[in-house]
Amino acid sequence: MSRPNLKPWLYLLPAILFLGVFMVYPLVDVLVYSVEEGYNSASQTYFGTGLYNYSYVLHDPYFLQAVRNTFILVIITVPVSTGIALLISLGLNSIKKLRELYQTIFFLPYVTNTLAVGLVFMILFKKTAYTDGLVNLLIRLFGGQGVDFIDGPYWAKLFVLCFYTIWVVMPFKILILTSALASVKEDYYKAARIDATPRWRIFTRITLPMISPMLFYLIITGFIGAFKAYSDAVALFGTDLNAAGMNTIVGYVYDMLYGDSGGYPSYAAAAALILFAIVLTITVVNLLVSKRHVHYD
Amino acid sequence: MKVVLQNLTKAFPKRGKKETGEVIAVNDFTFVIPDGKLIGLLGPSGCGKSTTLNLISGLETPTSGRIFFGDDDVTDLPPENRGVGLVFQNYALYPHLTVRQNILFPLQNLRGDAKLSKEEMEKRALEAAQMVQIEGLMERKPSEMSGGQQQRVAIARALVKMPRVLLLDEPLSNLDARLRLQTREEIRRIQRQTGITTVFVTHDQEEAMSISDMIVVMKDGVVNQIGAPQEVYDEPVNLFVAQFLGTPPIHVFDAEVKGELLYIGGKPVLEAHGVADQPVTAAVRPEGFRLDPHGPLTCALERVEVMGRDTSVVCMHPNCRNVVIRAIIPAEEKVNESDDEVRFSLKPAKVFLFDAKSDLRIDAKLK
Repeated sequence: MSRPNLKPWLYLLPAILFLGVFMVYPLVDVLVYSVEEGYNSASQTYFGTGLYNYSYVLHDPYFLQAVRNTFILVIITVPVSTGIALLISLGLNSIKKLRELYQTIFFLPYVTNTLAVGLVFMILFKKTAYTDGLVNLLIRLFGGQGVDFIDGPYWAKLFVLCFYTIWVVMPFKILILTSALASVKEDYYKAARIDATPRWRIFTRITLPMISPMLFYLIITGFIGAFKAYSDAVALFGTDLNAAGMNTIVGYVYDMLYGDSGGYPSYAAAAALILFAIVLTITVVNLLVSKRHVHYD
Repeated sequence: MKVVLQNLTKAFPKRGKKETGEVIAVNDFTFVIPDGKLIGLLGPSGCGKSTTLNLISGLETPTSGRIFFGDDDVTDLPPENRGVGLVFQNYALYPHLTVRQNILFPLQNLRGDAKLSKEEMEKRALEAAQMVQIEGLMERKPSEMSGGQQQRVAIARALVKMPRVLLLDEPLSNLDARLRLQTREEIRRIQRQTGITTVFVTHDQEEAMSISDMIVVMKDGVVNQIGAPQEVYDEPVNLFVAQFLGTPPIHVFDAEVKGELLYIGGKPVLEAHGVADQPVTAAVRPEGFRLDPHGPLTCALERVEVMGRDTSVVCMHPNCRNVVIRAIIPAEEKVNESDDEVRFSLKPAKVFLFDAKSDLRIDAKLK
């Protein structure tokens, strides 16, 4: 045992190299960037180290707007999309006829190109010289007042963004939940029937606990995915999200790096780390809550 | 509670897209299960025994026929209104609930007049747990228990609501051999103690014979024979029942009756009174062979297996449909294993004659 055995490390080397270069080093680098004050990417120089970048980002109205948008997006889309997906899955699970057809239809958005989806949403919501968009036509048909969903009031834009996000994330959740529901053994339901269990109680005491691991997985990944939202906003509102008031945290990071006001890797790094802290906190809270409510066999 | 099955028939549509028509899972089943008895439904897989159980529980509805619990016609009642307790083959315990919660579950479903107070529920759950002797495991999850313990919990859960009828679907098939013996005694004891009319399904004849008051032997949806275990064993109505009961299985010989004598392989082995001359199928229980140096049945000796309590003589006979004959003889009687052949005479009470074509029992007086 005097000589350390190097063999295991040799086997690990490819993975360690790969992860080190593409994961660990960038992470450390982000941390370094975030504390370098007045960093100039052209000359690669900085004045000193400290927390000024964080302070700047946290006082930047654009960042605060992005945080607000992101939080609203998360709080609305995660529960709503998971809830609707659960309802649809329950429905799919209880029908026999045409089940495969419906499953396919519900899964179609998942394999559809994001740009195509964006186009469809344009037709639905965007005002152009020729048309006010399908949704506005419908609103008018029922005697309502049309709204500009893309360049109009904040709530309208936020509504479209949430709607779009929910629509995009739904298929995957339906897929996961239908298979989770199908994997609950029929015998449990038979036993419950024999014991005269009311339907709602079957759902809350048997179905939900049985699929809780999958539900929990969807909620965690849903939170993380929604916090990282960016491309959806771009697809709807274009690249100048700050101007549209529809920026997200990841969008802010991107803009700080490459946008018109870009070239500030230190601010971007600080914002990214703040996002990391938020996601970490939420995930830890989720895990703690789940300990009591998620049942693994 | 007496359970009456009246001309019960269940047909399923055939599976597969090209298949048409129906599969008759249970065919015209009529039987009165006496109150407080333990009934074993016995048969090979696919014989309709589980379907019968599901019909009694209400999970399946019969194509025709009626089911009565006592004087109540329950045929059109959904399972939740029948008051049956059902123990599943894989127990179907809710894995996320503790033993206590599992046993409480049926009680918490009670509504209206039947609704119980919290204390009453706890008391009943504890009683049920004590009945199956798992009161020390109340806070465990099913995954933290052995198969036998889970089985007990499943029985407690079925008993706690005091069902009119207790149904057990292959209750022992997931247990290892030793536990199976122990649990079947346990089921017998619990059934006696509670006096609940109990029906259990099994494909293991030994299991059915050992604890049932009556057994029902089924094949292809048709009830072949109903009776007390010993009665069915001693007087099988057809070749299937004779073959299905007993370990080692009964030995089947192609034989012939000529002049009131039973011939196997051209040798007269027994007198068969009251049987016309015809080819027959003769079936001999393993314990029906008697070592006899001058016996008429000469078999080629394979080997001798000593079991301690008795000895099985493994041998072959050209007219026997079984691959080998396994004759069980008392341990005191010795067979010289170096011999090439062994000779037996037959015990008339252990020999049954069946019609060679229909396989139905021929009523014969054998001597």
